[in-house]
Parts: sequence; structure tokens; C-alpha cells
Amino acid sequence: MEKIEDLSPLAAYRHYCRQGKLAYQFCPDDGAVIFFPRTLSPKTGSRNLEWRVSEGLGTVYASTTVHRRGEDPYNVSLIDIDEGYRMMSRVENLNPDDVKPGMRVRVRMAMDDDGQPYPVFAPEEMSK
Amino acid sequence: MSTSSRGSVAIVGVAESDLGEAPPDTSPLDLMAQATSRALDDAGMGLGDIDAVFVSSSQLRMPTQNLCEYVGLRPRYFDSTNIGGASPLTQLAHAQAAINAGLCNTALIAYGSTQRLVSRSKTTPTEEFIYETAYRPLLPVGAYALAASRHMFQYGTTREHLASVAVSTRQWALLNPVAWEKKPLTIEEVLNARMVSSPFGVRDCCLVNDGGGAIIVTSAQRAKTLKKPPVYVLGIAEAMSHRNISCMDDLTDTAAVLSGKEAFKNAGLSPADVDVAELYDCFTITPILFLEDLGFCPKGEGGRFVSGGRIAPGGDFPVNTSGGGLSYCHPGQYGILLLVEGARQVRGECGKRQTKNCEVALVHGNGGVLSTECTVLLGAAATV
Repeated sequence: MEKIEDLSPLAAYRHYCRQGKLAYQFCPDDGAVIFFPRTLSPKTGSRNLEWRVSEGLGTVYASTTVHRRGEDPYNVSLIDIDEGYRMMSRVENLNPDDVKPGMRVRVRMAMDDDGQPYPVFAPEEMSK
Repeated sequence: MSTSSRGSVAIVGVAESDLGEAPPDTSPLDLMAQATSRALDDAGMGLGDIDAVFVSSSQLRMPTQNLCEYVGLRPRYFDSTNIGGASPLTQLAHAQAAINAGLCNTALIAYGSTQRLVSRSKTTPTEEFIYETAYRPLLPVGAYALAASRHMFQYGTTREHLASVAVSTRQWALLNPVAWEKKPLTIEEVLNARMVSSPFGVRDCCLVNDGGGAIIVTSAQRAKTLKKPPVYVLGIAEAMSHRNISCMDDLTDTAAVLSGKEAFKNAGLSPADVDVAELYDCFTITPILFLEDLGFCPKGEGGRFVSGGRIAPGGDFPVNTSGGGLSYCHPGQYGILLLVEGARQVRGECGKRQTKNCEVALVHGNGGVLSTECTVLLGAAATV
């Protein structure tokens, strides 16, 4: 396969997802962690970014239950990942209204309609 | 005076287009042109006086060209800044800069939308940001819902606090003959309304209307020669923090902190000097955030501040006197109508909803998903 640094930021992220890994970028110049993936550090401007893999643990920062007509309600949350960045995701395995800020969650991969894995979360005590 | 720009330009004409629900086959340009014509009448000016044009739109990719073609203008200065709902406010900042730089004399700022007529999904194309769209948030409401959820967690803000905003705003709307909503609203009705994206039910969300507006801005010198008392721009400032809600540092702390501080500094004023505040209310959390971030109450106290009728008619601090985006009209980029109401309050033209001895109005616009903030302080002649 191609080298990871030859892939676009999104392609590299998805490559890690297919291996079941939640990846993010790291800037060796100042030690900053970066998410969403991009071609340069928004802090230092450095193009010298490295990929790292998260342990997959985080804390819910904010949460909403989405009510679309004709669909079951579902959760959308912002998760603060332990390595020091935030991402949008969904917390599964419980009533969406029971997802609250402060809740500890662990990543797992769900599959989109095109067969591409993407990260979702479940409460830490239930995912063991 | 704090800066040389203080009071250097004034709003001299303001108008709404027809608001609410436009007749079939109306275009956004029909509404923009109607508002433009009315704003020029209000100023006692004609199209020939305009040499700068600022237009924003969600439906047209190059709206300034469209409007200039429609009304037959060939301006020497123009701008189509699109940062969402605050676009017309940021365009006022840019018009002030252009007039003060000698690039133009008199600017038209216009907006119009037929989002109700053609449906919101056809008005605003879906923008892919895969790191969010994979999770299907309802946007923009979901982004503001996340901010509200965090504010509730961090500061104990309640759904009743949010509902107080909707109820107070509705009371103002009942005093405005052109407001969309005509019936009173209770806290219970807000709490029991159909859920959209928790903690927001449908009564926590702004209206989806057709409509538009226009304002005419010129130098203070020219303004004094016109039909109506000038409404001076005492201070104006804009600030940007992110585009997507997952990239906002602290969801309870908006860039209004920066725009407000700078606008007050430019104006040489403080929150205590403000007689009326027109705050972008796309969702019930936003007036709460902006009251905090602009310095009207401490961080975290916004929910308690808006309770008990304080911001309603007869309360201590009038907010969103038109009835707001929640109950009067929300045609997409609502900022233009905030400026119209702020200017009319300073002129004393607001009839039953006129606030007493109004000399300073604060107008605050918000765009994107709490992404870009613009604060304007407008003042009557006595304040300059």
C-alpha cells in the first residue's frame, strides 16, 4: 500500500479506522495534538505532522438527542479524548437522553453505508 | 471620544421588505429591491446616491451582482461577505471602513430570502464536513443544542430559563404589528413543544420566514443633511473563532467577548450605558450567552438574568423588542432586521414597543454555529 504520509488527511484517518484504530495528528514542534486531520498544524503552521493512535477513551463534553421526523431519536455528542482533543461522535448502547456531559466513554467502530468504519462510543462501564 | 471612527458614519435609512410568507414565485431579489426602495424613501435618497453595495444571501452565489443588475447600480465599492446571520452587521463594519477610507460615500446593505417559500433545504445546500456529517447532527440547531447542554451542565441553566427567552420575546412580538406570531406563549407550551434537538423543542428555535431588509449608511457629515435624525455608529467590531461546532474551544464562551469588548472600547461606552439590546436569537440559548459575553451579567448567570420578565416588555432591560427571530421574523440571515430595529429604537419610531429615552442601542449578530460575532453600538445625536 501507499505510505501513510502520501495519503490525504482524511484517507489516512480512514485507513486507521479500517484497522480499528482512532487516529489523530501530533506536531513534534510544540507537542500539540490536532483533530480534525489536516496538512499543517493550526498552531505552529508546521507541515511536519505525525500520526498517533488514541487509547480510545474519552469524556462526554456536550450532548444532544436528535429528533428527525419518522426516525428513532439518536445521540450526537462532543467527546473530549484523553489524549487532548475533541471530536463529534455518537454514544450508543443506552437511551440517547441518558448521555450526559462528564460520562466516560470508549471508542468502537461502526460501519457507514459505504462499508467505511467510523468511530462511535459506548459508556466505559458497559464496553468492558 | 475613544477612536477616530466613533460616530464617523450613520445609518440614515432603514426598511423591512414584506415579511412572513411571500406570494408564489417571489424571488429573494424582489424582496431585497423592495426593502432597498423603502430604505431609500426613509432616507430621502434615490438610487443615484448609492455608490457602494453590500449584499449577502444563502440562495444566490453572487448576490451583490444580482441586486445591482436588478436595480441598475454600478457601484464603485462592493462586498458579498457571507459569514451567516451576522453578515449584514459585518458589512456595516466594512462599509464604515470603506467610507472612512474615501472609497465610497453612501452604502446600501441589503438582504432577502424566500426560504419559507422554497423550503430551507433548497435554500441552504448541505455542506459536507465528514468529521461531523457522519453523525448526522441537525444543523445548525444541533450545534446550539450542544452549547446549551454544556451551559446547563456547567452553570445549572434550565429549560425553564431557555423558555423565559421565548416567552419574553413573544410578549414583544405581540406589540409589533408585522410580527409573524400573534398569540401569547407560556413557559409550559415551550417545555411541552415537539422536541427538535434536545434541550431544544420547536419553540426554542427561530421561525423560518421569507423576508429581508435594507439599510443606507453614509458619512456623519452627509447624514446631517438628510430627512431623518442620523443613527450614529458609535462602535463596531467583529470576531471569528471557528466554523464547525466540534472545533469551538469552549461552547459556553463565544467570540462575542472579543467583539463586545472592542465595540464598547471604540464607542467609549460600557454595558451600563445601553438602553436596549437586540441580540441574535436563532435559538433560546443565544441571548443568554450574549448577555454574559457582552458584559450584562457574569458568566453562567444568563439563565437567571432572563427570568422573571427582566427582558420582557415592562422589565428592567429590554431585549429583542421587535419580537426577535423567535417570534417576529427569521428569514435566514436575520442580522439585517436586528439593525433595522436597533436604528428605529434610537429614532424613537417603535410605537407600542418603543423603549423609554432610548439613546444607545446595542445590536449583536451571530453567524455560522456561534462562529462569527459582530457587535454594534448605535447612538442618537446626543451621544456623539
